[in-house]
Amino acid sequence: MNYVVQRLLTFPLILLGVSILVFVSIRLVPGDAITAMLGTEAGLLTPDQRAALAAYFGIDQPIWSQYLRWLSGLFQGDLGISSIYGKPVLSIILERFPLTLQLALMSMLISLSVGIPLGVFAATRNERPSDLIVRMLAMLGQSTPSFVIGVLIIYVLSVFFGFVPAMGTFTPLTVDPLASVGQLIFPAITLGFAFAASVTRISRSAMLDVLSDDYIRTARSKGASQRSVVWRHALPNALIPVVTLSGVEFGYLLGGAVIVEQIFALPGLGRLVLDAITQRDYALVEGTVLFIAFNFLLVNLLVDLAYVALDPRIRIGGR
Amino acid sequence: MSKLARAFLRHPSGRIGLAIISLYLIAALLGIVGLTPHDPLKLFAIDRLKPPSATYWFGTDLLGRDTFSRLMVGIKQSMIIAFCSVGLATLFGTVIGLLAAWWGTLWDGILMRIMDVLLAFPAILLALLIIAIVGPGTSTSVAAIAIVYTPIFARVVRGPALSLKQRDFVDAARTFGSSQPYILSHHLLLNLVAPLAVQVTLALAWALLTEAGLSFLGLGTQPPTPSLGLMLAESKNLMTQAPWLMIFPALTIMLGILGFNLTGDALRDILDPRTQRREA
Repeated sequence: MNYVVQRLLTFPLILLGVSILVFVSIRLVPGDAITAMLGTEAGLLTPDQRAALAAYFGIDQPIWSQYLRWLSGLFQGDLGISSIYGKPVLSIILERFPLTLQLALMSMLISLSVGIPLGVFAATRNERPSDLIVRMLAMLGQSTPSFVIGVLIIYVLSVFFGFVPAMGTFTPLTVDPLASVGQLIFPAITLGFAFAASVTRISRSAMLDVLSDDYIRTARSKGASQRSVVWRHALPNALIPVVTLSGVEFGYLLGGAVIVEQIFALPGLGRLVLDAITQRDYALVEGTVLFIAFNFLLVNLLVDLAYVALDPRIRIGGR
Repeated sequence: MSKLARAFLRHPSGRIGLAIISLYLIAALLGIVGLTPHDPLKLFAIDRLKPPSATYWFGTDLLGRDTFSRLMVGIKQSMIIAFCSVGLATLFGTVIGLLAAWWGTLWDGILMRIMDVLLAFPAILLALLIIAIVGPGTSTSVAAIAIVYTPIFARVVRGPALSLKQRDFVDAARTFGSSQPYILSHHLLLNLVAPLAVQVTLALAWALLTEAGLSFLGLGTQPPTPSLGLMLAESKNLMTQAPWLMIFPALTIMLGILGFNLTGDALRDILDPRTQRREA
């Protein structure tokens, strides 16, 4: 079967699996929706009151019927009501999402603009001291968790520069673009640090592969300059694995935002998940986890399709 | 085997990685038997926030507890969680990958689509979902990390197992009447040791990272048990007064992950000739 068709067919199937997993997981939590909402006061309800509430929440129905009801709600954009905020879950998510999306995009931009040139530089100086230094730095970068980088950045800024990054608030890009980007620059560096290291390693490795290809030898023998060989002939092909990595990593950046938003006290989607978990707001946990997983899957699908456009061999041979 | 060991020890990343892991293991073992310079849980009230000295090598925290001893127990905690979770992920992932490849068609489709569903979540998010259900704690961290990494092992095993299944020696074993479990364990699994060894080492690095991340968020190991992520999180409000509380846990976490990453890279270079001299 054509790879694109196969990929488009499995997407809704996996999405359905994700929704089942999230739905069932939350129902495994001890206690029902009534206990979650009323806490210890649920014990004071009469059997009639409890039955009425059970009918209201639909938990008196079999699990598959509850799932179908929940799923049809999802299609209408109904992710339930948050018990912390008393508002529809979807509206809270949509309020918080722009920050997380901007953070992920900025970290990706920083990582790619640092990682690709470094990787190309190291590949063109294979096994020389400068290559070894880049490789060592990349390995160190990949081994440094975002929360270590975040804490170190705050320490260096506050102790050596007497500057504390703005925390707790966020200016949207539409209100004041400069302030918005300025506010997220350190969190974006924190989040993108390890990713920049991965991009460096993959770019170097892909570049070394491409540089040993026959068509590069041909270009050299025809007198193409080193600059033209590297940037015009080799780089476009070497970027294919970087595109794949970027797609996968973008989803991880959305997930990794949980930790970075916590360090810099940013009111994004990641912090919302954490608040929902610590305050046991299950409708919010369900909604945010599903929303992030959906975006993760969607980005991966788009990247796979872009990969097909970049590398025609996949269209013919499958993977 | 000795050829492999020699090649590993000749590899610079392998040597450094092994040295770091050995240090980590020694610290973990000393932490397990309780051979720490001080009691990691004992409060020395008059010695609060003491900088590093001959008595307290890495200083003390806000409650007067010895940072060095707490780091040793923290390493023990991280290593136990990392080894247990990766062990479980390897076991389940390998069994699922092998069976999917061996049974093929329908079962392959079902098992691998379930793995795809698990892979549809960013790792930390899936771990958080599991913690939301069960509640935080050491055993939850083990289970969460194991579930997160099982699909990766299933994928690593399934691909090569599918091609091994078509090889002549497997057909020959079938013809000679070898049982299904025997073929799976002796012909398929033994040929998958190399990719599995690389994956296990790299997964140990990720597991250390995920465990420290969960503890940093307060959803992993619970106080008063020391853990590296939690120690780093606690240092945030004291970083100007007591930077040692931040620097030592940060370096310890980095070093551990670096050790496993270097070892994994060295193993990959040695076991997979395609990556030799190419991977950074």
